[in-house]
Amino acid sequence: MSTPWSRALRVADLTAADPVGCGGVVIRAGAGPVRDLWLDHLRGRLRPGTPLRRMPAGIPDDRLLGGIDLAATLAAGRPVTEAGLLSEADGGLLVVPMAERLTPGTAARLAGALDTGRVPGGAPARFGLILLDEGTGDDERVPDALADRLAFHLDLTGIALGETRGAFDDRDPSEVDEARPVDAAVADLCRAAAGLGILSLRAPLLAMRVAHRLAAEAGRATLAGDDVREAARLVLAPRAMRMPPVAEETREAPPETAPGEAAPDPAEAGDTSEPDGTAEDGDTPEAGGRMDAQAQSVVEAARAAIPAGLLAGFAAAGARTPPPRAGKAGALLKSVRSGRPAGTRPGHPRAGRLALIDTLRAAAPWQRLRAAEGGAGPAFRVRASDVRITRFRQRGETTTIFAVDASGSAALERLAEAKGAVELLLAEAYIRRDRVALVAFRGTGAEIVLAPTRALARARRDLAALPGGGGTPLASGLYAAADLARTVIRAGGAATLVVLTDGRANVTRAGMPGRAQAGADALDAAALLRAHAIRSILIDTAARPQDSARRLAEAMGARYLPLPYADATAMSRAIRAVG
Amino acid sequence: MPINGSIRPMASPPPEAHPGGRKPRRPAGRSIEIAGPLAHDAPAERPDDGPPTFPFSAIVGQDEMRRALLIAAVDPSVGGVLVFGDRGTGKSTAIRGLAALLPPMAAVAGCPYACDPAEPPGRCPHCAGASGARKAHAIPVPVVDLPLGATEDRVVGALDLERALTRGEKAFEPGLLARANRGFLYIDEVNLLDDHIVDLLLDVAASGVNTVEREGLSVRHPARFVLVGSGNPEEGELRPQLLDRFGLAVEVTTPTDLPTRIDVVRRRDAYERDPAGFCAAYAEADRAIRRTLTAARARLPALSVPDATLEAAARLCLALGTDGLRGELTLMRTARALAAYEGAETVDLDHLARIAPSALRHRLRRNPLDESGSTARVARAVEDVLAL
Repeated sequence: MSTPWSRALRVADLTAADPVGCGGVVIRAGAGPVRDLWLDHLRGRLRPGTPLRRMPAGIPDDRLLGGIDLAATLAAGRPVTEAGLLSEADGGLLVVPMAERLTPGTAARLAGALDTGRVPGGAPARFGLILLDEGTGDDERVPDALADRLAFHLDLTGIALGETRGAFDDRDPSEVDEARPVDAAVADLCRAAAGLGILSLRAPLLAMRVAHRLAAEAGRATLAGDDVREAARLVLAPRAMRMPPVAEETREAPPETAPGEAAPDPAEAGDTSEPDGTAEDGDTPEAGGRMDAQAQSVVEAARAAIPAGLLAGFAAAGARTPPPRAGKAGALLKSVRSGRPAGTRPGHPRAGRLALIDTLRAAAPWQRLRAAEGGAGPAFRVRASDVRITRFRQRGETTTIFAVDASGSAALERLAEAKGAVELLLAEAYIRRDRVALVAFRGTGAEIVLAPTRALARARRDLAALPGGGGTPLASGLYAAADLARTVIRAGGAATLVVLTDGRANVTRAGMPGRAQAGADALDAAALLRAHAIRSILIDTAARPQDSARRLAEAMGARYLPLPYADATAMSRAIRAVG
Repeated sequence: MPINGSIRPMASPPPEAHPGGRKPRRPAGRSIEIAGPLAHDAPAERPDDGPPTFPFSAIVGQDEMRRALLIAAVDPSVGGVLVFGDRGTGKSTAIRGLAALLPPMAAVAGCPYACDPAEPPGRCPHCAGASGARKAHAIPVPVVDLPLGATEDRVVGALDLERALTRGEKAFEPGLLARANRGFLYIDEVNLLDDHIVDLLLDVAASGVNTVEREGLSVRHPARFVLVGSGNPEEGELRPQLLDRFGLAVEVTTPTDLPTRIDVVRRRDAYERDPAGFCAAYAEADRAIRRTLTAARARLPALSVPDATLEAAARLCLALGTDGLRGELTLMRTARALAAYEGAETVDLDHLARIAPSALRHRLRRNPLDESGSTARVARAVEDVLAL
């Protein structure tokens, strides 16, 4: 039986044997010995001479895609270009550390190069990607656009160092090696992907590529059942969104997915139409019974390889798709690459865009001296120290974080009104092209209902579905909102916090009842918000303005606005004033 | 077809090409000298050493998207096509496939804007400055990718640094908009595009002229292109002004029925294992589409829109409360292009009814937070107004 580590090594072998063909690998693991071991293994298996380049974070475009070599150009007096990192990795692998922090722009360039096999300038750049994903939470992940294009997704977080010792068996010898026609293999993998709830069609296609690769590796001209099964194990299993049904006959029995939750699972659509697919099988030349057994073995192979714990998260979240993280770092306040020009400064063009006029202006006074120094050279002598680059200013993106008190007391009084107020503010956010996030707190803790997004329709849907009731863990809500706000600020945006509560905390940060302790915790949380200078506004949702809410607003350094007096325009004006 | 772009064959490079498994390296360091114009100065040319493009006719399903792209190819003046939907549904495969099957266009040789030799010179700086007869050559219709995070310089063009630094010449280095002239500008994930790039695009897409005023440059050049955008609405909304620039909007979804999915993967797999053979198998189907397209383009100017159809279009837009006249105009143009493509004698209500969802669904005035299907509203209006 294959273990996660043996599968990981198998992936390394396949990637090393054909770095380009399978797109590459996403490795979710912290920096540590296990990941290093894996990378060492990969490096050891690469054919000598295969490029293996590492991409530093925040790499500028001319280094990534190729551009002009300034020093050489100035010295030679004619344009000298240098190849970009992507072209240098041609035929080999590009290792991307901290891939979960990739900006959408860089991810788009990498995806484009993966698709076309060249950089925009035209130089060939066929490479495989090794994305080192050090994300810890669910919302810190490699951009989907990239992950979808890579055949292998590895999760090494659960592997202990001890498990990496010992022999590595690459195949289960008990499996029968029988030839499998290509068309049947495609059908097997598509069916297995549907069974696992995988929507993207890239997944079965990448699995097909891996299957061909495996057959080639074993020196066979045609695919064998083993190849298909192993491809399903390696490519499909890590993408599983749910457990496959045990067998076709037991379809009526509820599969062991997402119990309780009625959340519409996009994969269900594929599920319901599956019987049609099996009905169509009569058309294929294959004998029905053998087909089913083979196809089922592919599903089983994938099922056996689904990492433990992968599905637990989905079950808990009701198979909710990961929150959209689009544009996460789309607008960096300190961006030097784009935006409106705002003056120039000395620097290397690699760190910004060359400001030519200012460069020439800086060089002009020295021309007579430099000419007197003699030596051959162009008539106008520019040195690296003359070079000026343009500074850019970019409007930061604002994220409005709504922290909504959905506790019993709020629900009784004005949860509906608070929701209405938030909806009005959402419409405001749409006009200002802000992003919004939604934190709800009730019962014993707080949860991020919606990570920062511009998809306001989604925000509205989640808000409408927000249940009310339970205690008021005000402190947890404020801490969760503060964490979110700091994440936004770290990513270069600006955050405005809108807290809707009646201020009557009765659940402590630890989730225990106790009004006094809960109040103290809430004030602590408020002090934290103030310390981080997070712009905030507190809307008192109680029927009559509450002293506790007013005190909380003071502790937060927030603007206080009682809902009874806050009609829509007053509220949006207040938020504009703060934001 | 779902999978983006051209795909590298699965097999590793043949060993005899690189003896000893070693790739040929450039002899001297990383720097290479480039003689003559840089690669991106040339008019957009598709690299001819890559595998052939996945044939347009081999795309499985996605009828609405294919129809919208074909309509934009018949009559580029309809404005662009916006494709909203899941990842990996063959959006960029379709656009590249379409461009590959379009008949090559005549362009002025050496003109970075690929000007039409049939048009009077002087539209672009290159042709205005050229003396004597302009030589024409046939080039493939350009498809230019506008990547997210592209800088303003890359998009609109900028001072040519190389020439300025080394030869002291003030020259304009054309950007992506210049390369896309008379072709397609493809923006993947258009809803994630930076706002300041969107502003640039809005102006150029409306006027068809790119005006550059920066760094002492003052350049105007033609930039007429079919804007093709794709994105996932879950990841953010598009500004209404940008939505309005797209003539047609289609929604694509990953096919969910197993036979279609199998068919998609099967064809793609066959293509990857033998690109040339696969393309040859579909060459005749592609040629048929090309013939239909060419015939439709020829037929288009003569095709009149009867008053009854115009009136129905107006009533439809009125019923839906679309803003301005663009809805009607686009509806009429797209219905005419559809009729031309199908070889119809006249533009009738049936053409109108079939194209109305694509032409109008993104023009409805709606609450940004309201997600009740625009498509359903258009369908209802079509039923009521056209009484089909």
